Amino acid sequence: MTRDEIRTALFESIQRIAPESEPGNVPSDADLREELDLDSMDFLNVIVRLHERLGVDIPERDYPQLFTVASAVDYLAAHAGV
Amino acid sequence: MTDFVMPSLGADMDAGTLVAWLKHPGDAVRRGDIIAEVDTDKGVIEVEVFDSGVVDQLLVEPGTKVPVGTPLAVIASAAPAAPDRQPQEIAKPAPPPAPTPPAVEVPPPAVAWTPTAAPRKVEGLPLAARARELARALVAFAAELAPAQDTVGALDAPATTATAAPSRLRISPAARHLARELSVDASSVTGTGPGGAITRDDIQRAATPRTRPDGERMRQAIAAAMARSKREIPHYYVAHDVDVARMSSWIEAENERRSVPERLIPAVLFIKAVALALREFPELNARWQNGRAERLEAIHVGAAIALRGGGLVAPALHDTDRAELGELMSRFRDLTLRARAGGLKSSELSDSTITVTSLGDRGVETVFGIVFPPQVAIVGVGRITTRPWVVDGQIVPRSIATLTLSADHRVSDGHRGALFLAAVDRLLQEPEKL
Repeated sequence: MTRDEIRTALFESIQRIAPESEPGNVPSDADLREELDLDSMDFLNVIVRLHERLGVDIPERDYPQLFTVASAVDYLAAHAGV
Repeated sequence: MTDFVMPSLGADMDAGTLVAWLKHPGDAVRRGDIIAEVDTDKGVIEVEVFDSGVVDQLLVEPGTKVPVGTPLAVIASAAPAAPDRQPQEIAKPAPPPAPTPPAVEVPPPAVAWTPTAAPRKVEGLPLAARARELARALVAFAAELAPAQDTVGALDAPATTATAAPSRLRISPAARHLARELSVDASSVTGTGPGGAITRDDIQRAATPRTRPDGERMRQAIAAAMARSKREIPHYYVAHDVDVARMSSWIEAENERRSVPERLIPAVLFIKAVALALREFPELNARWQNGRAERLEAIHVGAAIALRGGGLVAPALHDTDRAELGELMSRFRDLTLRARAGGLKSSELSDSTITVTSLGDRGVETVFGIVFPPQVAIVGVGRITTRPWVVDGQIVPRSIATLTLSADHRVSDGHRGALFLAAVDRLLQEPEKL
């Protein structure tokens, strides 16, 4: 899986939870939760969706590494064996 | 015979517009089956039937707005369904006549098609309902053209016979309902379930962003309800700071061993603790009706869910006090998804016996809610913050959350409210017992 594919999976996971959002328009270093108005339940649902799609088990202590698009892609790429 | 009436889906609801019937005369129904879709200020809601039996007569046509309590259908006592359902004339109630748009006919198909049943007439229906009826007819047509395959069910075709068509969509009932709700043509969806069955996930993926409830209408509905609450309910307010260090550590440890889909968030523990505390303070689990408080046996905590773009709903988590935390978390996740996608059921909107609102995610440390009538109390939960706290005579940093109670002073007093919050605190100190 490429980094672009991971980015696509991330955006699709977010859009599944927040269909009206446009995660592709969020600056790569901006906090996704604030930009897209995601609360803790939304964020957990995104984590669950990423787990289902990429098979990556993300422990709670690593959640802060997924708060921005850039760091989320880096993290998922590292743990998905890219 | 029993009447199925327009339900009240909130204290601020006086009337609703019937959007579509999902059951037809001759259909057997069980308590809890979705029988119709009703348009309210909170969006289109799936309405459940409260009695088991057979639909005998539909009394109101789609597109008609009727007051709460108006009979919509007649349900006969349980009896075998008629083998061949005949289309029935739907008697119009006596509302004011609505404008009659031009009749819309189902266009003739490009290939010869002898339909298993004629589409229902669509004249007089609002645009969305007309589109839905056309979609049903087209899906039934497409299903008959599709290669033969195992069948699970099909989107409702108008007045079909009980004999299955040779080729029908393999789709679960839950997916079929979701497809209808999200205006997805299920016949165009590739199923990923067993044997190629179309699942809810398949429908969700195929859905385009839904039309959400009209923001202005929801705003007006909230305004009416909150103004009424402030006008009629003498509120009192109490607050209580809770040391949640033990709860937070327990959640962290639990989530380490739980699979990703089973993880917990603090909100669920707060909700469960409130539900259990209500067993000791039943006067707070009541409705103000007919000039007095009527205590309720069941505890259904309404979880306030903010809608992106404005507005909020507080659907019920039924029997909150009896649900295990994992189950509660799963149901809360599902409620949140459906609340924001517009797929809530009528019982979820009308059954709450108390509301819990949390603004901790937004950085708010203290939130005093406004009681949502006819409930008599609302609990607020603030952000978990690190604050200086005295432990064994020493000032140490601790995780603290502020709980509040806004309650109807006609029903309870500040003393009882304070004891209630102390009870919630006590329960949160033993999260493993929640």
